[in-house]
Amino acid sequence: MATILIDGRACPARTDENLLQACLEAGADLPYFCWHPELGSVGACRQCAVKQFSGPDDKTGRIVMACMTPVTDGTILSIDDPQAREFRAGVVEWLMTNHPHDCPVCPEGGECHLQDMTVMTGHDRRRYRFTKRTHRNQDLGPFINHEMNRCIGCYRCVRFYRDYAGGEDLAAFGAHNDLYFGRHEDGALENAFSGNLVEICPTGVFTDKPFSRIYSRKWDMRGAPSVCAHCAVGCNTIVNARQGTVRRVINRYHDAVNRYFLCDRGRYGHGFTSAPTRPRAPMMRQDGIPVPVSIATALERFAAMAADGPIVGIGSTRASLESNFALRALTGAAQFSTGLAQPDHDLAMLVPALLRTTQARNPSLHDMESADAVLVLGEDVCVTAPRLGLALRQTLRRAAYPAADTARVPHWMDAAVRMLGTDAPSPLRVLTPAPTDLDPVAATTHRAAPDTLARLGFAIAHRIDASAPDAPDLSETEIQLADRLANALRAARRPLIVAGLQYANAALLHAAANIATALHAAGTDPALSLVMPECNSMGMALLGGLPLDDVRAMARAGRIGTLVVMENDLTRRLDAAALHDLLSAVPHLVVIDHIATPLAPLADLALPAASFAESGGTLVSTEGRAQRFLPAILPDMPVQESWHWAQHLTHTMTDAPHWTDLDQIIAAMAQDITALSRVGSAAPGADYRLDGRRVRSEPARISGRTAVRANISVQDRPLPQSPDTPLSPSMEGAYAPDMPGALVPFYQVPGWNSVQSLNRFQQEIGGPMRGGDAGIRLLDDAAQAPSDWHYDIPAPFSFGPDDFLLLPEHRLFGTEELSALSPPIAARAAPAALRLSTLPTGLEDGAMANITLAGEPITLPVRHDPALPPGIALCPPHLAARAFNAPIRVRLRRVDAP
Amino acid sequence: MTAPMPVIIGVTLAVLLGLATFLTWFERRLLGLWQDRYGPNRVGPGGILQAVADGIKILFKQDWIPPFADRGVFVLAPAIGMMTVLLSFGVVPVTAFWSVAGDLNVGLLFVLAMMGMGVYGVVLAGWASNSKYALLGGMRAAAQMISYEVFMGLSVLGVVMQAGSFTMRDIVLAQSGLWFVVPQALGCVVFTLAGIAETHRLPFDLPEGENELGAGFHTEYSGMKFGMFFLAEYAGVVLISVLLVTLYLGGWQGPLLPPMLWFALKTGALICLFILLRAALPRPRYDQLMALGWKILLPLSLINIAATGAILLLHAPG
Amino acid sequence: MFGILRTLWLTFLHAGHRRVTVGYPEHKPPLPPRYRGRIILSRDPDGMERCVACNLCAVACPVDCISLQKAEQDGRWYPDYFRINFSRCIFCGMCEEACPTYAIQLTPDFEMSEYLRPNLVYEKEDLLISGTGKYPDYSFFRVAGVKILGKDKGEAEREAAPIDLHTLLP
Repeated sequence: MATILIDGRACPARTDENLLQACLEAGADLPYFCWHPELGSVGACRQCAVKQFSGPDDKTGRIVMACMTPVTDGTILSIDDPQAREFRAGVVEWLMTNHPHDCPVCPEGGECHLQDMTVMTGHDRRRYRFTKRTHRNQDLGPFINHEMNRCIGCYRCVRFYRDYAGGEDLAAFGAHNDLYFGRHEDGALENAFSGNLVEICPTGVFTDKPFSRIYSRKWDMRGAPSVCAHCAVGCNTIVNARQGTVRRVINRYHDAVNRYFLCDRGRYGHGFTSAPTRPRAPMMRQDGIPVPVSIATALERFAAMAADGPIVGIGSTRASLESNFALRALTGAAQFSTGLAQPDHDLAMLVPALLRTTQARNPSLHDMESADAVLVLGEDVCVTAPRLGLALRQTLRRAAYPAADTARVPHWMDAAVRMLGTDAPSPLRVLTPAPTDLDPVAATTHRAAPDTLARLGFAIAHRIDASAPDAPDLSETEIQLADRLANALRAARRPLIVAGLQYANAALLHAAANIATALHAAGTDPALSLVMPECNSMGMALLGGLPLDDVRAMARAGRIGTLVVMENDLTRRLDAAALHDLLSAVPHLVVIDHIATPLAPLADLALPAASFAESGGTLVSTEGRAQRFLPAILPDMPVQESWHWAQHLTHTMTDAPHWTDLDQIIAAMAQDITALSRVGSAAPGADYRLDGRRVRSEPARISGRTAVRANISVQDRPLPQSPDTPLSPSMEGAYAPDMPGALVPFYQVPGWNSVQSLNRFQQEIGGPMRGGDAGIRLLDDAAQAPSDWHYDIPAPFSFGPDDFLLLPEHRLFGTEELSALSPPIAARAAPAALRLSTLPTGLEDGAMANITLAGEPITLPVRHDPALPPGIALCPPHLAARAFNAPIRVRLRRVDAP
Repeated sequence: MTAPMPVIIGVTLAVLLGLATFLTWFERRLLGLWQDRYGPNRVGPGGILQAVADGIKILFKQDWIPPFADRGVFVLAPAIGMMTVLLSFGVVPVTAFWSVAGDLNVGLLFVLAMMGMGVYGVVLAGWASNSKYALLGGMRAAAQMISYEVFMGLSVLGVVMQAGSFTMRDIVLAQSGLWFVVPQALGCVVFTLAGIAETHRLPFDLPEGENELGAGFHTEYSGMKFGMFFLAEYAGVVLISVLLVTLYLGGWQGPLLPPMLWFALKTGALICLFILLRAALPRPRYDQLMALGWKILLPLSLINIAATGAILLLHAPG
Repeated sequence: MFGILRTLWLTFLHAGHRRVTVGYPEHKPPLPPRYRGRIILSRDPDGMERCVACNLCAVACPVDCISLQKAEQDGRWYPDYFRINFSRCIFCGMCEEACPTYAIQLTPDFEMSEYLRPNLVYEKEDLLISGTGKYPDYSFFRVAGVKILGKDKGEAEREAAPIDLHTLLP
C-alpha cells in the first residue's frame, strides 16, 4: 500500500493502480470518460486532468492525466486546483460543442455519464455559436439504437467491442471531428455482447432498443437484484420494472462472476415475462375445454384428483430451488422427478460429483480469466455459457502481462499492454465438433465428433500422467495433437479445463476430469469447469430426484394418480410418442408454469406461475454458487410463485408443512438436504434491515405515484407488501453503497447517476462489493476422497455414407427456452437448418432433406459446412423437432420440391 | 303588562336568541365593513339569511360526544353557560314600567351572581372534554373569569352607592339628571373591560385561544352544543351592553323618542363598540391580561369606590 | 392607552374605505397570463404535440401527480398517455419550469371544481390544446439533433450537413 495526498488529504492507494482509480476509491469526484475499470486506460478523453506536484516544495505543479499516471508512494496531487478545474471544464466544453440539443428525447437522460460529468465540471452555458457536425445513424439490429450525433469520441465502444469482446463489425471511421463509430453498413451487431455497449457508452450513442419501446427513466423504475435465467453461469442482473411490467435487465456487478458485462441473451431475454400468451388465470378442463376458474375451484378440483391415487411431481431445471423443494414436499422425495430424461439426468448428477472429487479448483469466471492455459473440450461455451466464453477470451489479455511486466508497463495501461501482447501465444485450445467464436483467438482448434474428442482427452491425460488410461487406436495426427496439448497444459501454472453437457457425453466429462487430475499430479494448479445446460441444473442435481424415465415406468405400472409438472415443458424432454404414452397412463395432469407451453392445453388443471421477475428464489450456477433473485414486481393474484401453488396444493390434503414465506422454505430445505445446507447464506433474508429499515426498491425521486393508478382509482391504495423480500415496496427505506451485494436494487450515488456510480459500491475498483458479494459456493465444503481415474474410453467414432451423428447445435439465440419467447431474441434467431460437412450423393447445398427425429419426420434445408468433421450433422435443438436435445444417429433422405 | 308569565318568557327568549343569531351575522358584516371586506353577503338580502343557513347547518350536524368525555357534565356545561346569561336578562328594566321578571330588589346582585355561575359552564366544559386543549382553556377561563368578577363587582359599587339601591329600576331612575357615566367614568371603564373578560369576547378570548389551544374549552364540542356556547357568547355581548346602558347610560331615558327605542339604540351602539374592539385589537398575552386586572383595574375600582364614598359623604345632608 | 384608542378610531374610519374584495363570480378579476391555474399541453407551431415524454415534469412534481409513458413515431417522442391527477396538484408550476419544450404550461383558468374526485384526473385528451400557448415560436425538434419525419439530420438550427464517411478528404 502506498499513501497519496489528494488536495492535502492522505489516502491509501495501491501501487498497481493509476491515480484516477486511487482518487475514485478515495471517494473524490474526478470526472472521466474513456477509462473503464475493466478496459483500462488509454488517455483519450483528457477529462481526468489533475495537478501533480513533485514534492511538498513544488507550488507550481503540472497537469497530468490521472488515468495515465501510476500511483507512487507519496504522490501529491490536487483535483481542486483552479488550473486543473479550468482544464477539465474546457475539455467538457469542447466535447459538448457538437452535442445535439436532445437530452429530453435521449433514453440515456437521467443515467448519463456525460450529464453527470458536465454537471461535475460546472459547464452549463454553451459559448460555441457555430454549426454542429451531424452524423447519419445506422440500424444496428433489434438490440441497439444508434444516435451518432451524441458521440463524444471516447472510443470506449470499440475498445470493448473489438478488444474485449472480440467483435469485428464495429469500428471507428473518419477522423478528427468526423469520427464515427459504427458498422461498415447497416445490420445487426454480430457479437454476443453487443448489449453492453448500452452501459459502456458514457452517453446516448448506443441505447437499448427493446427498452426504448417501453421506456421509463431510471428514476421511475423499481429495481430488484436478480439472477439471469438463460444459462447456467448465473450472471447477476438488476431487473427494472414499472407499472407491473419488466422494462429492462441490466448488469449487476459480481466480483467473481459476471463483473461488468452480460451477454445479449441475458440482457434481452426477459421478454417472455410480458408475452401476451402468458397464462394469467388457473385453467380447468371442463368437457375437454380449458376454462378459467378461481383459485378455490382449482384447488377443490385438485383435492378431488388427489383422492384418486398417488401424486408424482416433475420439477424443473429452470425453476428455483424453493419451487422444486415445495413440489418435492407435496409429493414426497420418492415421487419427485428432476424433469430430466436420460441421459441428461445422469449427466447432471455426475457434474457435482466430478467437481467434488476431482483434485482441481472449481473456478469462478473471474478466476478463469487468469488461467494461463485453457482446454475447451467438446463444449461450445460461447453459446451454452456465453459469459464464460467471454471470460475465457480474457485469458489472452493475461497472456500479455508477462511481456508487460518485462517492459515495466502497468497492466491498466491498456493500449500498451495489448500492443506488447500481440506476439504472446494464445493460451486457448478449443476442441469441439463445430466451430466456435473462440476459434479465431485459439492457439489450437480441432474438429471431431464428441467421442473422438473424449478419446483425445483421455490421451492427453495419459500423456500428462502415465498412470492415467490411454485411448487405444489413435491416429497419428491425434497422437501428435495430444502430445502438443499435454505439453502445453503441463507447462502452465494455472491450467483450466472446460467441458460440458452440450453433447450429453459422459466420456467428455470423465476425460476432462482425468486431465485435471493428471495436471494436479503433475504439480500444476488446475481448474475444472463443467458447464451445465440450464440456470438451475446444478441446483436440481444437488436436490436430486428421479429421472423422467422412472416416472414413465411408474405411469405404465399405474402408480400415478396425478402428475404435477412444474415449469417444465415435457414436450422438450420427451418425444411425442413417449409423452403420449406417459400422459395416457396418468389420470390427471396438473401443469404449473409461467409461459404458454404445448403441454398446458393437455392439462386438467393449468396454474399460472410467477416468472423470475415476480418471485424470489435461489438458483445454483454451474460453479455451484447459490444465488438469490428477488421479485421486482409483486404478482397480481391469481398469478403466484410456483412454490405458493405447491403449498396450496399440499394444503388441500394436509396442514403440514406450512410455509408462509420464502425464508421458511429455505430453512426447511437447508435442514432437509445436506448439499444445500448453506443455501440460506446466499442472500440476507426478508428480515434483513439496513440501518433499521428495509432496503428501498425504488429511487428516492420516483415520480407519478399519485397519478399512475389514478385512471383506475383516484384513491390511494396501501402498498403491496411481500414477506419474501427484504426490499421495501416503495422509495421509502434505506440505501447505502455498503449494502449487501445480493440486495442492490440499482446503482446511484449523489452526483453519479449512471452505472459508473458502481465505483462507489466496491471495496476497490474491480474488487468485491463493499457490502459483501452475493451468493455462496455450495461445492467448496465437502472435501471428499479424490476419485480414481475414469476408464470409460469410448470406441472410435464411425459413420456410413448416409448415416450421420446428429448433434444438437445450440445457439445463442433461439434454442434456449425462455429467451426464445422474447421478441428481440426471436428476431435474431435464424431458422433451423441441417449443417453437414460432407454432403451425401444427391444432396446439394440448400436442398431439402428429410430425417426422422424424435419419432417424427422432419424436413430441413441442408447447409454445407466444410469446417465440420465428417460424419457429423448439426441441427438446432428444439427448433426443428421439439424434443431433440441429445446426439442421435440419423439417415438423410432427399425431398424433392413438389 | 298583563300578559301571562310563560308568554313573556317565551317572547323574551325568542327575542334574545333571535338577537344572538342575528348578531352572528351582523358581527361578521360589521367586521367586514371595518376591514374593507364584505362579510357574508350571499344568502338572502345583504346576506341576512346566512345566520339562518348557519343555524340549519349547526342543527343538522352530528351531535357527537367524544368517547373519552365525561358524558353528563359534557352535556350540562353548555346548558349552564346559556342559562346563566339568559337569566340575567330577567332583571333588566327595558322601560320604566317593564322588565321580564319584575323589579327585583336585589337585581344587580342577581346579575353578579349569574355571572359567577357562568364560570361553571366554561370550566366544566373544559374539564369534561377530557382533552388537554380543552382543559387548558377551562383553566384559563376559571382564572380569568373569577379575577374579573372581582373588579366587576367593585366597579358597580360606585353606582349602587350613588343610586342607593340594588334595584335596577331605581338605578336608572337615579340617572334622570345626569347619567352615571359622567361621575362614574372610572367605574364604567372598569366595568366595560371586566364585562368583555367575563364574556370572554375578543380581545380577551384567551380561553378559546384558537391559535394555541385549538378552540380552547370547546375544542371537543360540535353541533348544537357548540352552538349553545356560540349563542351564549353573543347573548353575553348583549347582556353586557344592556347592563352598561342600565348602569351608566341612563337606561331607557332620553328625549323625544319612546323609552323602548332609546334603550335599543343605546344597546345597539354598545354592541357595535364591542364589535369594533374585536375588529381593531389583538389579543393580549395571558400574563398581560392578569396584570391588567390585578395591577390596574383593581386599584382603579378601589379608588373609584373610595372617591365616590368620599364625595357622597361630603355632600351628605347633615 | 392612546394607541389603543387610535387603533379603534382608525379601524372605525375604515368603514368609509373602498372594499378590496372582488365579488367573484359576478366580477371576474383580470388574471395575468402567467397565472398558475389549470395545466395544459400545447402544440408546436407546426401543430404537432410539443410534449416529448421526457418525464422531467413528472420528476419535478413535488406531489407526484403527473404520470406518463413514452412512445415513439418516426423519431418523435410523444406521450402514449399523459395523466395529471388534479385532486393532488398544488399548482406550483414546477412542471412548467422543468419542461424543456414549453409543452406543459399553466393557464389562468382555475374554475375546475368537480363533485367527484375521479373527474379531476385529466388524461392527455383533456390536457392537449390546439395552440402554442404562451410561447408561439418555439419548436423543440427544430433545434434538437434527432431525425424526425420531415426533418433529416443536419437540417436543425445551427447544424452542418451530415458527414460523408466515404470521402477521402481530411
